[in-house]
Amino acid sequence: MNNRSRIQILYFLMAIILFAVGIFQSWNVALTIFNLCLISSIMTLGINVQWGNAGIVNFGVMGFAALGGLANIIISMPPTSNAWETGGSFIVIGLMIFVLSIIFSVFMFKRVNFNKRIKYLISFLIIFVGYFIMRLMVDSSIEQIEAIEPAKTGYLGGFNLPVIISWPVGGLLAAFAAFIIGKISLGLRSDYLAIATLGISEIIIYILKNEDWLSRGVKNVNGLPRPVPYEIELQSTEWVLETANILKIPLPEVSSIIVKLSYSVLFLLVLLVILYLLQIAVKSPWGRMMRAIRDNEVSANAMGKDIKKRHLQVFIIGSAIVGIAGAMLTTLDGQFTPVSYQPLRYTFLIWIMVIVGGSGNNFGSIIGAFLIWFFWIQSEPLGLWLLSFITSHISDTNLIKSHLLENAAHIRLMFMGIILLVTLRFAPKGLIPEVKR
Amino acid sequence: MDFLNGITLISNYMLIPGLTYGSQLALGALGITIVYSVLRFSNFAHGEFMSFGAMSSILLCWLFQSLEINLNSLPTAIIVLPFAIIITIFYCILVDKIIFKFYRRQNSKSVINLIVSIGVMFFTGGLIRFIIGPGDKNFFDGERFILKAKTFKNFTGLSEGLALKTTQGITIVLSIILVVLLFWFLNKTKTGKSMRAYSDNKELALLSGINPEKVVLITWIITGTLACVAGTLYGLDKSYKPFTYLHLVLPIFSAAIVGGVGNPIGAIIGGFVIAFSELILTFAYKKIFFYFLPNYLVPDGLLQILSTDYKIAISFIILVLVLLIRPTGIYKGKII
Repeated sequence: MNNRSRIQILYFLMAIILFAVGIFQSWNVALTIFNLCLISSIMTLGINVQWGNAGIVNFGVMGFAALGGLANIIISMPPTSNAWETGGSFIVIGLMIFVLSIIFSVFMFKRVNFNKRIKYLISFLIIFVGYFIMRLMVDSSIEQIEAIEPAKTGYLGGFNLPVIISWPVGGLLAAFAAFIIGKISLGLRSDYLAIATLGISEIIIYILKNEDWLSRGVKNVNGLPRPVPYEIELQSTEWVLETANILKIPLPEVSSIIVKLSYSVLFLLVLLVILYLLQIAVKSPWGRMMRAIRDNEVSANAMGKDIKKRHLQVFIIGSAIVGIAGAMLTTLDGQFTPVSYQPLRYTFLIWIMVIVGGSGNNFGSIIGAFLIWFFWIQSEPLGLWLLSFITSHISDTNLIKSHLLENAAHIRLMFMGIILLVTLRFAPKGLIPEVKR
Repeated sequence: MDFLNGITLISNYMLIPGLTYGSQLALGALGITIVYSVLRFSNFAHGEFMSFGAMSSILLCWLFQSLEINLNSLPTAIIVLPFAIIITIFYCILVDKIIFKFYRRQNSKSVINLIVSIGVMFFTGGLIRFIIGPGDKNFFDGERFILKAKTFKNFTGLSEGLALKTTQGITIVLSIILVVLLFWFLNKTKTGKSMRAYSDNKELALLSGINPEKVVLITWIITGTLACVAGTLYGLDKSYKPFTYLHLVLPIFSAAIVGGVGNPIGAIIGGFVIAFSELILTFAYKKIFFYFLPNYLVPDGLLQILSTDYKIAISFIILVLVLLIRPTGIYKGKII
């Protein structure tokens, strides 16, 4: 079976599955799943351009997605009154001093000729001093900012701009982080790079969890503005009332379906734009060069390709795409919860999607995201149904049966593991393999 | 007197917890390092193997407790440990036979093996939650303290107390025994030597007639033992929760890399480096200065370098620093 018919069959199948959910469960559920599928597929496109086309292992998905989420706060929340006056500027200056001390020490390290040990010591001392100056400047202002109505605000707030702007900004934030992370860790080879990016993404989450002045930490930021109208507003609108009358569906359901549909349209637009750009990139000489580097670094280097630069470039592009998707996810949720960022749900699940869908093929990544997210959501009821089917002949009072049914939800981790292992064993190229050129 | 009080304070809040946590990390890092040096891949499933070992211990503990077999003042976990180790080894070997063997035969790249180990991690994590549930399980019984802070205070007349929990004592003693046994095995026995030869140069070892299947089998036996003991000790010390083990993988990897991947001594050193830097960087030094400096010099504030919230992040920061400055680790290990 060639790739084109594979794509057609799988996409058609996925559409049928989603329609079936809409008809048999409810259209609300189907659209919720569809929206998250769209976001996940953008994330997988970001990882696919790194892993499938350039062979870079990026396990930092979680961190980049969270940075995208942070963009939502910075762009769309109203600024907290007095926060900037009481200490915001001090925080910015303090952070700048710290960053400058790091840049200075790196600069010194590269330019000055000394014994290596002395150089390490001096750069360490410079950063240490910079850190202490920052702490002196920042500590009291952070306390003051966090003291401003801690139950409601207690953070700097944002710029009160339309929330859609936060999507590209989220991409920029992630790209900036990727630049620094790439500079640090791209020299490392696969295994180390995986562990390093995973570690750095954890550091990002820790910062977001604990720096209350920035993101309110574990108190979460609720009530992010929306790019689409609220259900309540819709329910009093003329045409919505009419549609509800014609379709004979209760008004609240109609309004929530309209809201979800408008999200879907927005997400679909972003997905299509990114997919279009990536398809062009993959087919261009640039894509050919990336694959050449992936397949044989030494010979690509001998042909005069700057591998370090190209790797950094593709790392930034992929991470920016993940950042955009992360920003969209937070907008959809309407709140920013740093605690919810778990490597299992973000990093590893996205990787399963890429591998199952077919690394190196953008259409494959998208279908992988759709299928895996669908199973991730539906495997809970599926597991419950499976277990009740298996244990149907055991009496209800049996302890083992009740234990099994109680823990049925956790069967989905096993499902995911099995899906990944089976794919790697029997179809290592994924559902839709990379196009042979 | 102040000096002794200061020393006691340091031992109570830094030395003993550092030794305990360091030993747990070191045991975990040893498991990862041994898999890496023999099988040539980073095993992300190691945390879940530890969790699996701890779960077996807990289930056996409940069995033994219901049969009323116990060791009076020591926790029941010690008696069940050998049985739990056997179960864990069995599981590791099963996973290897069904999953990892295929990729070893194919000579797959280490990245592919790494992704496979993530699949194993998902499956094992799901299996564990399925069997024992996601909740908090406390399986500690017996005497809580070997040395109580109050007893110490009464005995020495100092104002600072020194406490040693039973779990801490057991962790340190068991880790020492296990590490000594491991090094004896690797350096003195013929099988251990063949294992080292295999990890050093696979082709040469095969040419000299070393049976690769046997080496792999022994590797998993060692890994299973280390994982089970480390997991059980961690669960005993901090109460068992399946999801904590996923978060433990990264500090363990940091420990292995900081020490130098593939080097057993490095893994142990790395474990202690991580554990002690976590404590040193998040310790509030105010009280120590109170004992060591004259009163008028004691500054205000807690004097923490980093807030305690960042405790776990420190291991990642160290990891990043080591990768930047010396990717081979303290003891030169292999570069991937």
